[in-house]
Amino acid sequence: MRLLMSAAFSTALTFPACAQEMLVTVEIPRLEVAEYHAPYLAMWVEGQDGEAASLAVWYDVELRNEEGETWLKDLRQWWRKIGRETEMPVDGVSGPTRPPGKHELGLDASDPQMKALSEGAYEFVIEAAREVGGREILRAPFKWPASAEQKLELKGERELGLVTVVLKP
Amino acid sequence: MTFRKWAAIGLALLLPTAASAHRTWLLPSSTVLSGDDMWVSVDAAASNELFYFDHNAMGLEDLAVTAPDGSSVEAQHQNKGRYRSTFDVQLTQQGTYKLSIDGGGLAGTYMLNGERKRWRGPASEMASLIPQGATDVEIMENYRRIDTFVTLGAPSETAIAPSKKGLEFAYDTHPNDLFAGETAKFRLLMNGKPMPGVEVSIIPGGNRYRDELNEVKVVTGKDGGFEATWPEPGMYWLNAEIRDEKTSVKNAKTRRASYTVTLEVLPQ
Repeated sequence: MRLLMSAAFSTALTFPACAQEMLVTVEIPRLEVAEYHAPYLAMWVEGQDGEAASLAVWYDVELRNEEGETWLKDLRQWWRKIGRETEMPVDGVSGPTRPPGKHELGLDASDPQMKALSEGAYEFVIEAAREVGGREILRAPFKWPASAEQKLELKGERELGLVTVVLKP
Repeated sequence: MTFRKWAAIGLALLLPTAASAHRTWLLPSSTVLSGDDMWVSVDAAASNELFYFDHNAMGLEDLAVTAPDGSSVEAQHQNKGRYRSTFDVQLTQQGTYKLSIDGGGLAGTYMLNGERKRWRGPASEMASLIPQGATDVEIMENYRRIDTFVTLGAPSETAIAPSKKGLEFAYDTHPNDLFAGETAKFRLLMNGKPMPGVEVSIIPGGNRYRDELNEVKVVTGKDGGFEATWPEPGMYWLNAEIRDEKTSVKNAKTRRASYTVTLEVLPQ
């Protein structure tokens, strides 16, 4: 995270604000359980040399005394990779949890998260953890910037439904 | 006196840290936490099954908690029950805390009026522990350390640095950054010096509900180093013991030291 954020301020690595887009659609399944809480959810990209940057982190941002942050460690891999080194909330990344249904996240090359990505191979990662429920993590490789339109499909089985990522040049 | 009781005493003389026959451990409620002000609650016990308190509570007299900045923190709500002791630690600093029960002392035997007697105590009280007229005095040095670690926020290094007292691990892999399927590297040290050729036992918790102990034994290399792999997520119990003649107290014949640590391995 810190690596990429610092790279964001280096104009040498910055792509021109051309059309490069990433559109993520996340399906949060409706679950028939006695006690349902919307999942904590993190999406991020991981580079091949271990660098990583959050795209979005959805959690209980509004709880009193920042209590929502005490459960961020349940997003275990996000916590390990990025969260534990990051002061939350982060503008443009932190947001409230989402109810069951389809949710979209649109980013383009001018967003700080994407601006920071140098050209190369990455993994898109999405992790969901639900209070008194389970956890699920999905990964898919992609190239940035996209030279042609790419579509990634990640199929969750429990805590996530279908996740699609469309990359446009 | 029954054979069993004699056998128990015989064993106790050979292995004078009384809990040797059982496994001692600290078990924290969490090892990886997020937030600004959190608590962990910890069990301390000696048991056969890991990590179930089914034998004896462990005394908390030698408990020490080291904060991320290296300062000492008081363990709160201390209680000693029949089968386990408990205490709480409030985590107010970001980083890694070390929770330790460590101590050393002397133990041994002597003959007085035709009877063999056992004695035990700190080195400073040795003179008063062995009465006038005692013969065949045997002196053994003992050290033991039982550790666990908890981290609020990002893992840090200050509290986990070796104390260079007694037997312990140096953590080349951070003890609160362990994940199933990965390999961790640790080194065994005695008074800060590498201990090669020592067997380290690694047992995953939960053996009450399985038939196999699933113990893995590894032997430390030249630099005291060894690798641990974690087949499954869960709490693991690691233990090493040494026994040699490198004593520091006059007339002590043997030195014995043990190190035990509880480590949590998280799922990928």
